[in-house]
Amino acid sequence: MRHPILRALLRLSRHKALLLLGGGAILLALPFVAMLGGQAWVRILDLAILYVFLALGLNIVVGFAGLLDLGYIAFYAVGAYTWALLASPHFGLHLPFWVILPIGALLACLFGVLLGAPTLRLRGDYLAIVTLGFGEIIRIFLNNLNAPVNITNGPQGITLIDPVKFGAFSFSSRTEIFGYTLVGPQKYYFLLLALCVLVVGINYRLQHSRIGRAWQAIREDEIAAKAVGIDTRNMKLLAFAMGASFGGIAGGIYAAMQGFVSPESFSLIESIMVLAMVVLGGMGHIPGVILGAVLLAVLPEALRFAVLPVQQALFGKVLVDPESLRMLIFGLALVLVMRFRPQGLWPSPERKRELLAGQEGRT
Amino acid sequence: MDTLLQQLINGIVQGSIYALVALGYTMVYGIMGLINFAHGEVVMIGAMVAISALGALMALGLPMGLAAPLALAAAMLVCMGLGAGLERIAYRPLRNAPRLTPLITAIGMSIILQNLAMMIWSRNYLTFPSLIEKVSFEVAGAHFSNVQALIVVLAGLSMAGLLLLVYRTRLGMAMRATSQNLAVARLMGVDVDRVIAAAFIIGSAMGALAGFMVGAYYEIAHYQMGFMLGLKAFTAAVLGGIGNLAGAMLGGLLLGIIEALGAGYIGDLTGGFLGSHYQDIFAFVVLIGVLMFRPSGLLGEKTGERA
Repeated sequence: MRHPILRALLRLSRHKALLLLGGGAILLALPFVAMLGGQAWVRILDLAILYVFLALGLNIVVGFAGLLDLGYIAFYAVGAYTWALLASPHFGLHLPFWVILPIGALLACLFGVLLGAPTLRLRGDYLAIVTLGFGEIIRIFLNNLNAPVNITNGPQGITLIDPVKFGAFSFSSRTEIFGYTLVGPQKYYFLLLALCVLVVGINYRLQHSRIGRAWQAIREDEIAAKAVGIDTRNMKLLAFAMGASFGGIAGGIYAAMQGFVSPESFSLIESIMVLAMVVLGGMGHIPGVILGAVLLAVLPEALRFAVLPVQQALFGKVLVDPESLRMLIFGLALVLVMRFRPQGLWPSPERKRELLAGQEGRT
Repeated sequence: MDTLLQQLINGIVQGSIYALVALGYTMVYGIMGLINFAHGEVVMIGAMVAISALGALMALGLPMGLAAPLALAAAMLVCMGLGAGLERIAYRPLRNAPRLTPLITAIGMSIILQNLAMMIWSRNYLTFPSLIEKVSFEVAGAHFSNVQALIVVLAGLSMAGLLLLVYRTRLGMAMRATSQNLAVARLMGVDVDRVIAAAFIIGSAMGALAGFMVGAYYEIAHYQMGFMLGLKAFTAAVLGGIGNLAGAMLGGLLLGIIEALGAGYIGDLTGGFLGSHYQDIFAFVVLIGVLMFRPSGLLGEKTGERA
């Protein structure tokens, strides 16, 4: 018996195998190329991969099961604060990553179930609002749980968070390998890349499993799905919990990578941003979601470098700061994609069919 | 005892503002089943335009008694235009799209409006000029000001006006018909597009009034003020039964009172562990509670799962 993933890899056509190899080589070389432009670029790459990870997690909820979750970042926050509290001088705890990450994932999952259980039987747009409110509640608690017992350290956030460490090998310091000095962000890049490959694998396996097909059925017609014997409530809950645990893991890594967390990093706009990535790329289509995440993570950063000098040259002063331009881009991306290409930039074949059929059925 | 009365008064004032905003949500939802997520931003822009207009009019030397109504009118006009524009550009092309599509668009529009407002009016808190000299009254140990009284009266009047419009005019009849069944209303000769645009425009005008009131009440405005306000007003609409006008008014008042009482007593109830800065969570607790136990709201009719 060979493992199914291995079998799938062996079945690939030569063309696809070459593509995969080439893509892999590029991904491996990327941090070294980016390093030529400075560590800042490697950091941008790290964040981009982290967003891919997050977007793939949200894709399970929004793309596969068709549940609009506007508070996804709350689970990310739960993961990040779990890491921050269990591995920083704040409580004097310094647990290793293999203890914290599962705790973070479980906690996020628990929150997902707690939120999902009462709300998942509601129609989609209510769910959206409730999740949005939940995201805000989490942020309010993070901001205010510094008195009378200081748990989260309030708006100041938590600093000096431990990096990811394997024994003596720390991801935040420099390491000499084969005469080349690897800096922290480059090491995180490979860690994140490995995790991401894992998540992509899980996503693919899920999509084509019994569960994935059940989700697709629910997304397309919940009543029909129920009628053919799918336990829609549990399936939706499962999607919610899985998405939440991925968010929790991503949050943990984020806390370790930045060494600092504060409630500010988990505002609604972050949820919207991850949602925009999923929507722009193509809901439910894994390569599309990855494309969307990379585009929306890298484009604003690139703009940041371009916008200021261009404005200086044109008007002699800065009219629009890059941060608000970034937000405008997310807003516009959502509106324009919904209007002109609701299936996303790179949709899955099934999704395209669904949307076309939907349009014909209604007009 | 005087805390109770005081918080009741505060709650009613805040609640009538929620009710005004909630009406905007509920009208649009009742007619086309869409949560107009950008409605909170319309309210915010109403407050912002009012500030700018007040500044300009006062610079011209107009007396406050004239400047304030003019500024309110300007805010309402801009918001009505904005509401109509939103409907026309963002939502109308999506009327036959799957449910989540217009919701995502609405979120996008909300972000866009917020950031445009930030570019126009800066990211600072703006002070709203005080419109009338504040006079405070005292009843049984609780205080209320003439500003608060004015807010409640104005909100009540405009809600009465809305009810008249919906139940006594031809346009109102068309709106009720459309909300019952869009397709059949169209077959009966109702100009559905016009009715939907009218719902957006009327809702936005009331939103502008609410924005003006919030500004005048707290004497402050900020480009992000619409977000929380919008969420709470939506909660109020759900609490009352979304799609139901009387429900939105009741829900708004109730939510205002719940929040005020909650903020007043949460410290005592939790032994000082949670303070009044947790005020914002009450709305969500109410929202989740209503959706769990009575998703159709207080005055809403029980309906089956989507048709």
